[in-house]
Amino acid sequence: MGALAAAAAAPAAAQFRVEITGIGGNQIPVAIASFRDEDKAPVSVSAVVRADLQRSGLFRLVDAPGSLDENARVNMAEWRSRGADALAVGSVLRLADGRFDVRFKLWDLVKGEELVGQSHAALPADLRLAAHRIADSIYQNLTGERGVFSTRIAYVTKAGNRFSLHVTDADGEGGQIALASPDPIISPAWSPNGKELAYVSFESQKAVVWVQDVATGQRRMLANFRGSNSAPAWSPDGRDLALTLSRDAVAQLYLMSREGGAPRRLTSSTAIDTEPVFTPDGRQIYFVSDRGGGPQVYRMPVGGGNVERVTFSGSYNISPSISPDGRVLAYITRQGSAFKVMVQELAGGNASAITDTSDDESPSFAPNGRLLVYASRAQGRDVLMTTTLDGRIKSRLLTSGADMREPAWGPFGR
Amino acid sequence: MQLTRRTLRTAALVLALGGLLAGCSSTKLDEAPVESRNVPADGSAGKPAAGGSAAAQSSVATVDLSKSGAAAATGLLAQRVVYFDFDSFVVKDEFRPMLEAHAKVLAGNRSKRMTLEGHTDERGGREYNLALGQKRADAVLKTLVLLGVQDTQLEAVSFGEEKPTVPGNDEAAWARNRRVELKDK
Repeated sequence: MGALAAAAAAPAAAQFRVEITGIGGNQIPVAIASFRDEDKAPVSVSAVVRADLQRSGLFRLVDAPGSLDENARVNMAEWRSRGADALAVGSVLRLADGRFDVRFKLWDLVKGEELVGQSHAALPADLRLAAHRIADSIYQNLTGERGVFSTRIAYVTKAGNRFSLHVTDADGEGGQIALASPDPIISPAWSPNGKELAYVSFESQKAVVWVQDVATGQRRMLANFRGSNSAPAWSPDGRDLALTLSRDAVAQLYLMSREGGAPRRLTSSTAIDTEPVFTPDGRQIYFVSDRGGGPQVYRMPVGGGNVERVTFSGSYNISPSISPDGRVLAYITRQGSAFKVMVQELAGGNASAITDTSDDESPSFAPNGRLLVYASRAQGRDVLMTTTLDGRIKSRLLTSGADMREPAWGPFGR
Repeated sequence: MQLTRRTLRTAALVLALGGLLAGCSSTKLDEAPVESRNVPADGSAGKPAAGGSAAAQSSVATVDLSKSGAAAATGLLAQRVVYFDFDSFVVKDEFRPMLEAHAKVLAGNRSKRMTLEGHTDERGGREYNLALGQKRADAVLKTLVLLGVQDTQLEAVSFGEEKPTVPGNDEAAWARNRRVELKDK
């Protein structure tokens, strides 16, 4: 196995755990010193940064004893000898108005130069966000790609007979409840601008699609036709939603304006067609259909045209998710009695299982395409996991012990 | 155990048919020493008594099966759940009499409306299961329409795997959860 569990430094260790299975070949060794005076703030900023970087799978944390602020003179040679290629230092200073001045500096120890220096004031409630933004900055400066640490994830919990739609930081912390209901909630979907969530609520004793403004809580019924209304998916321009309706047949795909109105039917089969998702260019829709017997992933042009089958191995393939660059398909396959996350290059390539759990559901890509969040089962509970696309680095999002399901990773831009 | 007046009357008829109370005109029904297990479940006791009578020699108690309530005594309208085999959407023959009873009531009262609520067991994806539950509810809807109910009186909906009646993850629980529930609107 060779599995080792590495815990982030306290106090973050009590909140999440990063499991590393196998060692990534080209992880960047980075040292994150404790920020000066962060122990006087409600959030340990450097611990959040460390856990973020570790969970991404692209970094190896080098031990950094003591605390260093952005003004400290850095002994490059000494840090190099510890094995670090980069070093982050900083401070968290309480301002007179109650906010915190969060400063940080990133050193490239190989070139011996400062890569970035930042300072900004954050409300106490936004300190976690400030820490995630520092992690994003480090990630982008060292990898050249955007980080996803300051993005958000929506998911549903079930505790007794209470269902709640949550919105949290990408590490599962800082959660807030967008909707609480005595009836089930499924299939949350973020609008491309990250301001609204579409979802299915059973509050009227049937499946109805709602759209809710996350910041204000204002909500509107989008689709409440005869029968079931479900599986909302936003078009990349945010103007339309694809969804599944049963008003004309058991389950067919339709397209609706985000403002509501008359739905346009997209599929005309005698089978079940459901779980639509748009490709990032907005031209195609991937979906699940059992027109060939068991459920498989298909695709079709949004404007109409030939339906093409995409998955071929296995008799039960559902819940497609397309990477933001349009190149990778993630979905759930049934193997015997197990359900597993699969990842497949769309340009051609074999599908590979990337988990060793057996009750996986609902994979959803991070907006930079480097991670997936999915629902699974561990120790008798429904849990949420993130994984790198190669399956090597997984992390479990922890909460108070309610069953967690239906994750949807939000877009960039908070 | 509380017995309803109707049950008592029916039970009394049974006993009368058996000759146990024949001629005992002074026996009060409310005090009749009957037990519920003496009541046949198949409805045979509901047939009008021919000849014998519990109260007076010439009185005849009429039980009209065409009226709702009378049928409830047979248990058919009290049944409101259709169970399905694994991965199946076929309405099994054993549920036919129950659906016929409900169809008769709906056909006799066009203002009456019913929701058919499809459910699946917990295995598989939530959205696909929602569609599978819809397919089961639609199958029951089609059966009722063939039995004379108007399509507009019915709405087929689905809860997928979201509302199991039985917790647990074995076949016994799954079999109870693969169902369509008939609910008055």
